[in-house]
Amino acid sequence: MSDSAKDLHSEYMVINMGPSHPVTHGTVKFLLTLEGETIIDMKVDIGFLHRGFEKMCENGTWEQVMPYTDRLNYVSPLINNVGYALAVEKLVGIDVPERCKYIRVIASELSRISDHYTNIAAGAMEVGGFTAFLYFVEARELVWDLIEMLCGARVTSNYVRIGGVKSDLPDGFKDKTRDVFKKCRKLWADVNKLLTKNRIFIDRVRNVGIMPPDEAIAWGFTGPCLRACGIPYDVRKFHPYLVYDQMDFEVPVGEKGDNFDRYLVRMEEINQSMRIVEQALEKIPSGPINVNMPEYRWQSKEDISTRIESLIFHFKTVTEGIKPPPGEIYSAVEGANGELGFYLVSDGSGKPYKCRVRPPCFPLTAAMPKMVKGGFIADIVPTFDMINMIGGECDR
Amino acid sequence: MIDTLKRKGGCSSCGGVDDDSRLLGGSVILTKLEAINNWGRKYSFFQYPFVTACCGMEFMSVCGPKYDLDRFGAALPRFSPRQADLLMVVGTISHKQAPILVKVYNQMAEPKWVFAFGVCAVSGGFYDNYATVQGIDTLIPVDIYVPGCPPRPEMVIDGLIKLQQKVMESRWSDYPKGASPVSNDK
Amino acid sequence: MEANITINKLKARFAESIVDAHSYRGDDTAIVKKEELLDIFIFLRDDKELLYNFMMDLTVVDYLGKEPRFEVVYHLYSLAYNRRVRIKTRVSESECSVDSIVSIWPSANWFEREAFDLYGIVFKGHPNLSRILLYDSFQGHPLRKDYPIKKRQPQIGPNNN
Ligand code: SF4
Repeated sequence: MSDSAKDLHSEYMVINMGPSHPVTHGTVKFLLTLEGETIIDMKVDIGFLHRGFEKMCENGTWEQVMPYTDRLNYVSPLINNVGYALAVEKLVGIDVPERCKYIRVIASELSRISDHYTNIAAGAMEVGGFTAFLYFVEARELVWDLIEMLCGARVTSNYVRIGGVKSDLPDGFKDKTRDVFKKCRKLWADVNKLLTKNRIFIDRVRNVGIMPPDEAIAWGFTGPCLRACGIPYDVRKFHPYLVYDQMDFEVPVGEKGDNFDRYLVRMEEINQSMRIVEQALEKIPSGPINVNMPEYRWQSKEDISTRIESLIFHFKTVTEGIKPPPGEIYSAVEGANGELGFYLVSDGSGKPYKCRVRPPCFPLTAAMPKMVKGGFIADIVPTFDMINMIGGECDR
Repeated sequence: MIDTLKRKGGCSSCGGVDDDSRLLGGSVILTKLEAINNWGRKYSFFQYPFVTACCGMEFMSVCGPKYDLDRFGAALPRFSPRQADLLMVVGTISHKQAPILVKVYNQMAEPKWVFAFGVCAVSGGFYDNYATVQGIDTLIPVDIYVPGCPPRPEMVIDGLIKLQQKVMESRWSDYPKGASPVSNDK
Repeated sequence: MEANITINKLKARFAESIVDAHSYRGDDTAIVKKEELLDIFIFLRDDKELLYNFMMDLTVVDYLGKEPRFEVVYHLYSLAYNRRVRIKTRVSESECSVDSIVSIWPSANWFEREAFDLYGIVFKGHPNLSRILLYDSFQGHPLRKDYPIKKRQPQIGPNNN
């Protein structure tokens, strides 16, 4: 620092970024202490989207929790559905039929694809790549068409049920998927050209928001952000659930753990997820999609209207809710942002005694100050985008 | 444009647009200042996206290439409330968020409109608990309600067209709307 | 048995502190006394055969009507051995405090703040124990079983309870 600069009166400036700011997605507030453009200190304030998820769950039946899980990570609702259903099934001890497992894998991976599209689209837009945004929103729209075909809703799907899924794959799903993926691959290639070697984009994201692997572990990183540090932890590989152990896919890892690596990991995961969907559609066996346990999963509508036992079970499960045995379990799936865990406690009644979600982006957001301290204000933008903080999940 | 003005008030009551413009060979339009003002406003909403939750995903789609809100003149988001006249409240408003929403509303320039996007903004939706506001109309006046969880893009566009009709019928005396009734910075 | 190595090692090392241990549906669980919590966690993290380097989740369960009323639940994960364990400790309503583990895993920081916010458990030694999901003027702890679900405390606007 030159002498004249020392003599000048200077003090840190404290500014507020958010909660209603284009970068913060409306749900987080940063309190920044700045020296010029450099971030000296940062406080993150979350909770603007706290909607009392757990309290709502404790006051509904086990099945009524499902729509709330849609709205946790609302960019990939199907993965939340699957995660919750698997957790309850672990608590009860249900093993769903083979076809149902494949359908769930397909649903989860479609959801993951759309999540990564959204993340990269928003990230690109916020550092100035508007074209990439338009391309990936279009691609996401195509994937959403598939999801809509599958479950009738675009965003909040509520498709998976405890012990099964709502309905079977629709006719022509496989062909439609083939068409959609063809278009998506083209759009992916375009975005790849637009961003991956784009000087402006690289300058904004490379070497920004670096997290060394050991610290990433200590801070509880999981998912693409952890894999960007070079640690190949993926629940799908480490604790295979459903039929992931029969799928051939790779887990991309980065080297440095900066924002560029996070972006690259996500881009590659889109391809891997497409591979999984294609394999699952090839291999999917025929058979039932729901377990035959009337006390947990409703029988078909036809049975309910023709057989008295089915009707009684239906009546009981709808009015009182299913009754898992008392106990507690933790079950994790690989969400689009990392390990999505459900910790459930049952007291044997029709309502969850406790339904806790381990939100993957909660520890990521907690590490924001660590990642941007010493950097410029402008670095907050790509870093915050690439950790993909989703309000519904982080604040619940 | 002449058609629109004729349909939506304008001078059609006295037949002004019709006869006089024909008289002058179509080169002059006679109308009321109020009508032409409203006509201009309805096609140039500057929206402030107050995006908080899941509905934001559909909001992205509405602004995206397939549904394209730009066709209705409401594409350009302004991220400063002082430059915006359409407040899009997209998603759940919690009690922690409520004071911010009111503040943003109060900062907006007149004339201003509020668009409640999704049931959470309309009524609190299926979150009826300690944390959530039961509808933003308990805080600020709302011009158009679009239910749905989240509403499909078609519904949003429909809502926007309804809002345009509402703007077309508004009078000078409707503005200014003033600060939110619950705020204390009047 | 391989699956229970964690529990066995814990029992061997901290015999008096382990109140109970079980394995339900493959989830190893140990209930420990809260006095030795920090030592146990350091042991779990650093022992060469355990290496629980992830603090995955921290939460509280409110067993209203039982004594002690609260249970603080930790979920740990070991990347090296691909193992999970659940550690629980019981906290009574009158005391309502437990040692903070932020010094062992920085990720616990926000999780502990959340537990404090929603359940009112005080984590001793936490660097900044303040509300995180709710606002400072909020009274009470909403996830306790005796907090009515619709008891609203608006900062602005009508209170339509
Ligand atoms: S209306 Fe539904 S989709 Fe929209 S914010 Fe509320 S819960 Fe989410």
